[in-house]
Amino acid sequence: MRGATRARWAVCALSAVLAAATAGCGGGGSGGSGVVRASWGDPQNQLEPANTNEVQGGKVLAMIFRGLKRYDPRSGAAENMLADKIETSDQQNFTVTLKDGWTFSNGEKVTSKSFVDAWNYAALVDNKQKNASFFEYVDGYDKVHPSGGRATAKTLSGLAVKDDKTFTVRLRTKFSTWPDTLGYAAYAPLPRAFFDDHVNWLKKPVGNGPYTIDSYAKGSAMKLTRWDGYPGDDKARNTGVELRVYTDNNTAYTDLQAGNLDLVDDIPSAQLKNVKADLGDRYINQPAGIIQTLVFPMYDPNWSKNGMEKVRRGLSMAINREQITDQIYQKTRTPATDWTSPALGDQGGYKAGLCGDACTFDSAAAKKLIQDGGGLPGGRITLTSNVDTGSHRVWMDAVCNSINTALGNDKACIVNPVGTFADFRNQITEQRLSNPFRSGWQMDYPLIQNFLQPLYYTNASSNYGKFSDPQFDKLVDEANADGSQSAANAKFHDAERILAREMPAIPLWYQNGSAGYSERVSDVTLNPFSVPVYEQIKVG
Amino acid sequence: MGRYVIRRLLQMVPVFIGSTFLIFFMVYALGDPVAALFGDKAPDPATAARIRQELYLDEPLWKQYGHYMGQILSGNFGTAFNGQPVTELMADAFPVTLRLTLVAILFEIVFGITLGVLSGLRRGRSADTTVLLLTLIVVSVPTFVSGYVLQYLFGVKWGIVSPSVSPEAPFDELMLPGIVLALTSLAYVTRLSRTSIAENSRADYVRTAVAKGLPRRRVVTRHLLRNSLIPVVTFIGTDIGALMGGAIVTERIFNIHGVGFQLYQGILRQNSPTVVGFVTILVIVFLLANLLVDLLYAVLDPRIRYA
Repeated sequence: MRGATRARWAVCALSAVLAAATAGCGGGGSGGSGVVRASWGDPQNQLEPANTNEVQGGKVLAMIFRGLKRYDPRSGAAENMLADKIETSDQQNFTVTLKDGWTFSNGEKVTSKSFVDAWNYAALVDNKQKNASFFEYVDGYDKVHPSGGRATAKTLSGLAVKDDKTFTVRLRTKFSTWPDTLGYAAYAPLPRAFFDDHVNWLKKPVGNGPYTIDSYAKGSAMKLTRWDGYPGDDKARNTGVELRVYTDNNTAYTDLQAGNLDLVDDIPSAQLKNVKADLGDRYINQPAGIIQTLVFPMYDPNWSKNGMEKVRRGLSMAINREQITDQIYQKTRTPATDWTSPALGDQGGYKAGLCGDACTFDSAAAKKLIQDGGGLPGGRITLTSNVDTGSHRVWMDAVCNSINTALGNDKACIVNPVGTFADFRNQITEQRLSNPFRSGWQMDYPLIQNFLQPLYYTNASSNYGKFSDPQFDKLVDEANADGSQSAANAKFHDAERILAREMPAIPLWYQNGSAGYSERVSDVTLNPFSVPVYEQIKVG
Repeated sequence: MGRYVIRRLLQMVPVFIGSTFLIFFMVYALGDPVAALFGDKAPDPATAARIRQELYLDEPLWKQYGHYMGQILSGNFGTAFNGQPVTELMADAFPVTLRLTLVAILFEIVFGITLGVLSGLRRGRSADTTVLLLTLIVVSVPTFVSGYVLQYLFGVKWGIVSPSVSPEAPFDELMLPGIVLALTSLAYVTRLSRTSIAENSRADYVRTAVAKGLPRRRVVTRHLLRNSLIPVVTFIGTDIGALMGGAIVTERIFNIHGVGFQLYQGILRQNSPTVVGFVTILVIVFLLANLLVDLLYAVLDPRIRYA
């Protein structure tokens, strides 16, 4: 066949010489009508629900799995999916009842055992699941997942199957909004095939979502087909999805322009200026549950001693967020006015402006506050971030510039770029940084709790700056024990006001999800996790 | 000749060990890759410890290297973070890059040498000046500029070819990337052969050949070209290695899932089995290509003999 392809190329080359635009010489056939062709990146980990913690693997899980709850793609509110009801009387012991009629795409029924087995698998330290810590609230987690040494139990003592449709969960502490966390992919049910024939399951995962996997060529492409027997309400409106791995988001964007691709969910920053002209209203730019902050190393006495809160607040006021989000990010970021995200919505607990004056640009006030607080430690600060993605280098330069201008000293702030994300993470976890560093947070579930407790509670898992405030902790505990969500949210807002006073981390901006799509498809939206809602996309 | 080849092959062993150790050391020096696997979240210490243990990251460097080399000698190149054996990645990536390199090298040879001979024989005339000027432009335009521009023109504006290459990467889709990849080297090959031809065309043996009354075509192809090609062959030989490993930019622009892409991803994720495995193969390719070049000398120039 080589001769034939050569001949085809010769024809193409000839037409190139003649400048006769004959389309379709490149090959790369599409997967039939009704199929959405979407850009993809190679998932970092194996596609197990409890082992997938990034967006590329998350795309697949969102198509082939449905859990007890599902977050509404528009509002982000947690709604029952497989759960008929989740009841509790004490905010600590929950009874989960499943709906009838759900099966996996291989025909196996989804029972309470499908959930309990999956959760036990995820929590057990021997299975090395990266999302294991999501089960830390369940009683018995310390036995199956000790911080060192061997596990002394194989299953979580807090989980008990009552019958095919019911199971109970006992938590370690009161956690009123716990049921609303269950829309996260790590809580998905798993079929027996996952445990019995793990190797083959990984080659072609089987779930209970609106799509089934047709073929999976690791590192290059995945083809998914609509599952016609899907029992849920959110049936796919297209016949299938073809995910294509792109080496570079610029190439994916070019392919979109050339009509070889229908959906790009990561517009390259270099194209942000042209995207409106190129795509018009086929460009989406909407809030995602991601916030970028600058965290102060509170473990360093230079930053945590009394009076430094003025310096921290002053630095926050010295940053011209508006200008940076407009000019560098072309409005794909929004200046932050609190420590959560607008993607939470009112119900999830978002309230704009909780940071108050401290997040409003005012260089005169900033200079005064920093001087009142005793000036910058050592006369200067260094900002640290990885610079391999996300235009981090550019905004750091801009922030430094903003601070230098406010202080009238062009050596007050310098940038410390770190080449790789892994290196950067290591410097943070080993507490090697003695100056503010970037910290991005993508929510796991749309609740205000997820933005505050893991990041600022004393000794919390992702509290990198080691901020600690007894009053903050008390408010979070009270909020978690509160039965009503609105009352809990009010407590969380009070806790945020403490952050505004102490400023352990400067909120920079809320990150948006951006996407562009071809004329071939319609009804394209992103959910609050900036994953496209594939099943709603219509073709033609 | 045979003894020479064996000696050269034996020399490769220390080069091979040294270079793999250097690569291993450099990837290791980048730091602990496990932290990055957890994204913005703090790694859960117990899980992180288990992953480190599985990847032998909790051992000292020399032990890790020893373990890795032991694995390689038994044909096991380790596993990438996404659970794919590195040998599988190689089986996917190397044929693609090999095809791309082949296309590029063919372009270099055919167009580079032809242009070089033409301008070398017409030294100082307008054809020569034009070629010199064009090659100067090509050399000074970086690959990512020519790549994106040609991709946009041929792929989007005129719609003649698909701007991206499908995972199977057949030859016809690799034409445009091959040209982009070859451009810079093509310019060098042109200039090298031009200089060499121009120099040798005044050599005694050419004058003799002309004086003997040989037809011009025979003088050029049999006498002049054959003697002028030695530096060009050296360049193309080393270029094979460089093209195979250095196609990162081109492969990213045209979405080619080849060696460059795997290396790039391996480095970003600090996945040492991927990086070291691929580089090891590249080192071997480089060494063999160099050996081949040296042997070709003897073919081109009978005065060179290996004992």
